Amino acid sequence: MTWNLLVTQALNGLQYGVVLFLLAAGLTLVLGVMNFVNLAHGSFYMLGAYIAAAVFARTNSFLAAGAAAVLGTLVIGALVERTALRTFYARGHLDQVLATFGLILFFNELVRIIWGASPVYMRPPDAFSGIVELLGFAYPSYRGLVIAVGLLVGAGLYLLIHHTRIGMLIRAGASNAQMVSVLGVNIRFVNTLLFGLGAAMAGLAGLMAGPIFSVQPGMGDNVLIAVIVVIVIGGIGSVRGAFYGALIVGVVDTVGRIYLPLVLRQVAERTVADAAGPALASMLIYLFMAVVLALRPQGLFPARR
Amino acid sequence: MPIFPETVSPRSPRVVAAAAFMLLLAAVPLVSNTIGESYHVTLVTRILVFGLAAASLNLVLGYGGLVSFGHALYLGIGAYSVGILSFHGVTNGWIHLGVAVGLSALVSFLTGLVCMRTSGVAFIMITLAFAQMFYFLGVSLKQYGGDDGLSIPRRSDFSPLFSIQDNTGLYYFAFAVVAVTLYLSWRFVHARFGRLLLGTKSNLRRMRALGFPVLRYQVAAYVISGCICGVAGVLLANFTNFASPAYMYWTVSGDLIVMVILGGIATILGPLVGAAVYVILETVLSAYTQHWMVILGPVIVLIALISNRGLYGLLLARDAQGSESDAP
Amino acid sequence: MSVPILRTRGLTKRFGGLVVSDSLDFDVAPGELHAVIGPNGAGKTTLINQLIGELVPDAGGIEFEGRDITALPTWRRSLLGISRSYQITSVFPDFTALENVCLAAQAHDGHSFGAWRPASGEERLVQPSLAALEEVGLSARSRVCAAELAHGEHRQLELAMALVSRPKVLLLDEPMAGMGRQESESMLRLLASLKRRFTLVLVEHDMDVVFALADRISVLVYGRAIASGPPAAIRANIEVKRAYLGERYAAG
Repeated sequence: MTWNLLVTQALNGLQYGVVLFLLAAGLTLVLGVMNFVNLAHGSFYMLGAYIAAAVFARTNSFLAAGAAAVLGTLVIGALVERTALRTFYARGHLDQVLATFGLILFFNELVRIIWGASPVYMRPPDAFSGIVELLGFAYPSYRGLVIAVGLLVGAGLYLLIHHTRIGMLIRAGASNAQMVSVLGVNIRFVNTLLFGLGAAMAGLAGLMAGPIFSVQPGMGDNVLIAVIVVIVIGGIGSVRGAFYGALIVGVVDTVGRIYLPLVLRQVAERTVADAAGPALASMLIYLFMAVVLALRPQGLFPARR
Repeated sequence: MPIFPETVSPRSPRVVAAAAFMLLLAAVPLVSNTIGESYHVTLVTRILVFGLAAASLNLVLGYGGLVSFGHALYLGIGAYSVGILSFHGVTNGWIHLGVAVGLSALVSFLTGLVCMRTSGVAFIMITLAFAQMFYFLGVSLKQYGGDDGLSIPRRSDFSPLFSIQDNTGLYYFAFAVVAVTLYLSWRFVHARFGRLLLGTKSNLRRMRALGFPVLRYQVAAYVISGCICGVAGVLLANFTNFASPAYMYWTVSGDLIVMVILGGIATILGPLVGAAVYVILETVLSAYTQHWMVILGPVIVLIALISNRGLYGLLLARDAQGSESDAP
Repeated sequence: MSVPILRTRGLTKRFGGLVVSDSLDFDVAPGELHAVIGPNGAGKTTLINQLIGELVPDAGGIEFEGRDITALPTWRRSLLGISRSYQITSVFPDFTALENVCLAAQAHDGHSFGAWRPASGEERLVQPSLAALEEVGLSARSRVCAAELAHGEHRQLELAMALVSRPKVLLLDEPMAGMGRQESESMLRLLASLKRRFTLVLVEHDMDVVFALADRISVLVYGRAIASGPPAAIRANIEVKRAYLGERYAAG
């Protein structure tokens, strides 16, 4: 249990956390404002990663890959919302869950058809493929970039929501969508925009995560579950909750996986610790979620209504 | 004491269809053995197992309005009860069932208590998360196969009463379990408990104002549902001679929801009909192309779009048009 | 006055910056028909919601038969004997009228863990339900699906569901809402027949009904009771005139 290891893992947790935040913010907004359960959110993450990997392999420009991923998922998200999902706003959550479930299966298989079932390798951009020195600690510069981008987007999102007209519309829509449309605002446009924004952030997350996690069909599914844990812990509809929840989940999961088995080995017999350690570590964030739910069902930072 | 909890007229098309369906299912092994084709028995056993799981989900989803996206968890609990006990030399089928039901009851009780206090959307996502947690738990249990799963060389032993070691024996055991479950569900739905559940699905606020302590009934229904699904898991493990974390993967929970909706929410036979159509659809599509999911995905979206009553539900609706009462 | 059967002390409820119940003191004597009137937005329905427990007050307390019930959940209050009907019809559309009332009866008839015997065969539920339907005038329609009932029949069904459990206090939230002339007259007769048998708290806009039936009237404006007393006193009250009644009902 060295200090160096702890700091590195904490930073990794932070990096995982910002990826989760990028995803969670979009999902929680769509859920809170439009009351729409979009399980296919993870698919945009996957599509973003694949588009980025494909463009990067072709052009060798990370910026081009980034633009393609973000724009691509924005467009796909808006299209999906307008064609397939709009009819489900009035339907109950059950139909929404079912429809988006079908979309997940579709996108996973589509990606398999186009790019094959094996993971696609994506290397980090040359400018960030080294190590950076931070106060005496060595840390991969690409991961540092991910953290920086995530925090920047978080700040940008905060500014958007609290200091622009569009943001005001989003917040108003969260309180009372009917009223907003009665006031003459084109609520359909706001919905499409919001959905597209969420998809774009998911695509960005996919782009950033590509060089770190592997790019493969179904990569969105597991991360989606973690994102769900984040927004339940943070509070549904709350971007603030998504931010803090994502950081908490990111750090707890990453650090927990390393340290829980080690801690267990101190207190229990080796065979027991070796068997239970990884199992408990993978369950850690869910147990945390269960505790939060038991004590505070509305989440740690519930959206103010 | 009347056998049927509601008036059943032998002339109504729904009764005829239901009876024909069940008779057909009962006859499958006989016909199959005569022809000499064992394929149909395995296919329909699969339908029965998932039909049972879907029926259990229908209790809380269809009748109770609680969208559980984590029912596959109980399939896993049932399957691993058989797998782990067999691994350690315990092959008695009654013990397998007892442990499966007991564990399912415990897990569903605890998760139910935590989940039920949240609203609709949160409930869906939390059940999803909890089920996936158990998936990861299964994957991390290296001594029981982990990701690769656990092979079960010999099926649950129910001797001397009966044997499920051959496919026909297993089929009829599964059929009997399904038939009994459907009958008991039928009674349940028309009894006080069933009425209460339907009421909570329709108007939860009014139920509380009427004086019902809703939470305890929802948890109880969820526990019953989980236990039945656990039994389906036992059947699944025996059917495949295998226990795997994949049984708990979240897409399986999604499949169960599709089956319930396809067949008809809040109908007794609906889940079984839905399971039949879905399993057959899967079988046909996967024979056609390796990438059958790219077709199944949009099909599911379509099902969500058009189905209001499901296939069997449509039949019920046409049947009820004549009478005044609309009770399911 | 004898001990009030139901009362609030300093009841306060805020929605964001808006104060809907403003330190409200309200009491109901046993056996009386107490009408609550006031302009739209005065907090009448919010009062009912807090009395039944569907809304939690930010401050203040509620007592029933001398016992503090402020922390009790809705279902417990219902079992104690407080029943309500809704301003916007809140029934079970897929059930028949009889099944609706049976369900209401079921809540007060022990536990609901029965999983074998059909509920429609339980005489303990069916008899009182038929009686309640008879009382409100819906007997002929008992086997009709609630979704197919007319609006006035919905209001009758609402009342039947609130009645069947033989509550001590009935909280009626605009039972006449949306009714035509004839339907209103039937409902008026029905409400009159309930007087003396139950304690009634009646929220209503229809002044004919209020002044015909009420033993006492409380006038709510901006979440406060600006006046409370017998109908004649309310009619003569200058403040009430000014705030709400208008010329037709103001005496002198």
